[in-house]
Amino acid sequence: MTEKPDGVTPEPEQPRRSRLRERIAPRDVDWRSLVLIPLLAVIAALVLGALFIAATGGWGAISPAYSALFTGAFVGWRSISETMLEATPLILAGLSVAIGFKAGLFNIGAEGQMVVGGFTAALVGFSIEGLPPVIHLLVALSAGILGGALWGFIPGLLRAKTGAHEVITTIMLNFVAFRLLDYVLKLPRIQKAGRLDPISKEVLTSARLPKILSWLPVEDAGRFRVHLGFIIALLVAGFIYWLLFKSSIGFEFRAVGSNPSAAKYGGISVAGSIMLVMAIAGGLSGLAGANETLGVLGNAQPGFSAQKGFDAIALALLGRSHPLGVVLSAVLFGALRVGGRAMQVQADVGIDLIIIVQALIIVLIAAPELVRAIFRVKGTSDAEQLTRGWSV
Amino acid sequence: MERLTAAVDPLDLVRAPAEVRRARILGVIYLVLALIVYWFFARGTEGDVVFRLGDKPGDLDITLPAGGLATFASVVFAFLGGMQIAKGLGKWTNIVLAAALGLLAFAFLGWAAAGKSLSLIGMLDISIAAATPVAFGALSGVMCERVGVINIGIEGMLLSGAFMGAVMGTIVSPLVGILGAALAGGLMALGLAVLAIKYRVDQIIAGVVINIFALGLTSFLSAQLLVENASEYNNPGVLRSIKIPVLGDIPILGRIFFDQNIFIYVLFILVIVMTYGLFRTRWGLRSRAVGEHPKAADTLGINVFRTRYINVVLGGMIAGFGGAYFTLGSVGAFNENMTAGRGFIGLAAMIFGRWHPVGAFAAALVFGFADSLQVQLSILNAGIPSEFLLMAPYLVTIVVVAGVVGVARPPAADGQPYVKG
Repeated sequence: MTEKPDGVTPEPEQPRRSRLRERIAPRDVDWRSLVLIPLLAVIAALVLGALFIAATGGWGAISPAYSALFTGAFVGWRSISETMLEATPLILAGLSVAIGFKAGLFNIGAEGQMVVGGFTAALVGFSIEGLPPVIHLLVALSAGILGGALWGFIPGLLRAKTGAHEVITTIMLNFVAFRLLDYVLKLPRIQKAGRLDPISKEVLTSARLPKILSWLPVEDAGRFRVHLGFIIALLVAGFIYWLLFKSSIGFEFRAVGSNPSAAKYGGISVAGSIMLVMAIAGGLSGLAGANETLGVLGNAQPGFSAQKGFDAIALALLGRSHPLGVVLSAVLFGALRVGGRAMQVQADVGIDLIIIVQALIIVLIAAPELVRAIFRVKGTSDAEQLTRGWSV
Repeated sequence: MERLTAAVDPLDLVRAPAEVRRARILGVIYLVLALIVYWFFARGTEGDVVFRLGDKPGDLDITLPAGGLATFASVVFAFLGGMQIAKGLGKWTNIVLAAALGLLAFAFLGWAAAGKSLSLIGMLDISIAAATPVAFGALSGVMCERVGVINIGIEGMLLSGAFMGAVMGTIVSPLVGILGAALAGGLMALGLAVLAIKYRVDQIIAGVVINIFALGLTSFLSAQLLVENASEYNNPGVLRSIKIPVLGDIPILGRIFFDQNIFIYVLFILVIVMTYGLFRTRWGLRSRAVGEHPKAADTLGINVFRTRYINVVLGGMIAGFGGAYFTLGSVGAFNENMTAGRGFIGLAAMIFGRWHPVGAFAAALVFGFADSLQVQLSILNAGIPSEFLLMAPYLVTIVVVAGVVGVARPPAADGQPYVKG
C-alpha cells in the first residue's frame, strides 16, 4: 500500500461530534436548516431569476413567463404526466449523488453512469429476443443497473486503493463514457439499420417500460408519456431510505462519511464502504439511464442523458441528501424543466433561465448564511463541507 | 547476520518504496508498449511515410520508412522500460512520458499513413489551436490551486469569456472584447472566491455552481439577444495573426509559434511570467505558502484572505481571456456551450502538469496533439476509431491521479477553507 500523507488537519472536538450526531440522527437537526432554508432558497432563486427575465424582456415579461412556467408544469393531466416523467431519472440520479454525499464522496459522475447504464439496458433491450415481456424488462433494467454500477465502481476502486480523488476520476469518466457511446453507436451490430447517424436499434416492446396513465378517462390519455419507471424510482427511494437509516450497511456508510478515521477504528472497512457506495451510486444512475432508454426514447442516442446527471448534483444538495428531500427536489426540478418548455413557447423566455435558477438554488443552499441574510432567519449553521479537497 | 550483509541498492535507500513501485509499473508499461509498437506497427509495415513540413507538397518533406520508424520507437520504449525498472527517472518521469507519447504518436502515424504523405505542419497548427484554450484554463487552475482554492469552474470561466468576447468584440472592438472577456472570467472567479473564502462553501460545489451558472447565463442571453440580432451583438470576426518580424521567418517553428494571433503570444508570455512569478518572486512565495500552510503564512503576517482573493480573480481573468479565443481567435461567433468540456481538459492538464505553469502548458500541448491526431486519422481513414483518441486526455488524467505513474501532489491546503484564529 502507498503511504497516505496525513493532509487533513485535525478539527476541534466539538463541531466534529455535533456533525456526527447530525449525520447519524438527522431528525435532531434544526427544522430551519432542513426545510425552511431549502424552501426560502427556491423562492429567492425564483425572484432572482425574475430579474434576469426583466433584464432582457422588461418588467412586464415576468408575470406571463412565470404563469406559463406554473401552468405548464402542474395544470392539467398532460402537464402532471410530463412533470412525473422528467422527475423519474432525476429522482434516481439524485439518489445516486445523495448516497455519495452521505458517505463523504462527491459523485460528479452520475451523467456518465447514466450513459453507460442506459446503453447497456438498451443493448439488452434490443439484442435479446424471445424473452417474455416482464422478464425481458427486468433483465434489461438489471443490465442498466450493472452497467452503471461498473462505471461507478471504477472511481470507488481507485479512491479506495490508490487515493485518486473521485471528483477528478468521475469527471474524466463522464467524458470517456460520452466518447464510448459515440463509438459503440456506430458499430454495425448496434446501429439502427439504414441510419448513418449514431443511434441504436429500437428496444423491443417486451423490454419497454409500460405507460401508467393511459387508462385515465381523458381525451388524449394514450399520449401521456409517464411510465412505470416513476413508481420504480419511488420504490427505490424508499429502499435507499431503509438502506441509509435502518440498515447496518447504511450506518457504516454514514459513519465513513462523517469521520473516516473514527469509522476505521470502529472496525468498519472504509475502503470496502467506499467501493460499495460508489457501485450503488453508479447502479442508481445506471437505472436512471435505463429509464430514459427503455421508457422515454426506446433507443440509445448521443446526449440521451441530457445533463440530468449534473442536475442531480443540485437537487441532491437541495434535498439535503435525504431520500425524501431528493424525491421532492426532483419533482420540483422536473416541473421547472417541463414548465420551462411552456415558458419558452408561450412567453418567449428562454428555457435556459431554468439553469440559472438551479445554479442560484445551489448557491443559496451551499451558503446558508446568504439565505439567512436575505430573510433574516435566526440560527447558525456553517456551510457544510462535503469534500476535503484533493488530498485524501 | 545474513540480513546485514545483503547488498542494498543505494538508490533504493533514498527512494520511497511507493516511488520504486510506481517506477517499476511504468517500466513494465513501457516494455508492453515496446512490444505492441513492434508487433502492430513495425512488423510487416512496408512503404515510406512522407511528413510534410512546408505549406505545399515538396516544400520541406521528410521521408521515413514507416516500419523503421516504428522499430526505432519500439527500441526507445524498451530502453526507457529498462531505465524505469532499474533506477527510475525521478522528476523527469512525466516529461519523458510526454516525449514518449509523442514518439508513440509518430510511430502510429507512420503506420497509419504508410505509403502516403501527411502534413505535419498542419497537424501542429491544429494542435496549437486546440491546446490554446486548454492551456489558459490549466494556467487559471494553477493560479487558483496554488493558493489553496480548487477551481472546478474553469469551464464556466472560459464560457463566460467566450460570450463576453463576442458581445463586446462586436459592439466596441475586438481588443475591448478581449478585455471584457478577462473581466467576465474575473467576475465569475470573484463569485467563486466569495463563496469559497468568505462563505466557506465547499469549493467543489462552488465550482460546479460557477459552471452551471455560466452555462445558464450565456445560453439564456444568447437565446434572448444574440440569436435574433447576430449582426449587432455576435459578429466580432476573428483576430488576424500577427507575424513577428524575424522569428516568424524561421522555417518550421516560425510558422507555428511566431505567426499566430495575440492569444498564443500572450499564452507564451503568461507561462514564462507565471513560472518566474510563482517560483522567483515574493508574491509567488507568499502565494505558495498560503496554498501549502495558510496558518503558518498567517502567523508570518501574510494576509491569507487577500492573497486568495487576488490570485483566484487573476486566475479567472486568465480563463476568461482564454475563453475569448473561442470567439475572437477561432470561430468568430458565440454558440451555446461552445467550450464543450475544454475547461475540464484544462483541469486535467493542470493535474498532469503537476500544478506547474510549464507542466500545465506542456500537458495542454500533448492533449492538443491528441486532438489533431484524431482529425488526421479521420482524414487518413485508418480504421482506428477517433473516439479512442478523444478519450486519451481523460484516461491519462485518471492514470496520473491514481499515482500509477509518478506522484501528482496538489498544494497541501488545496480545497480547505481558512478560518482565522
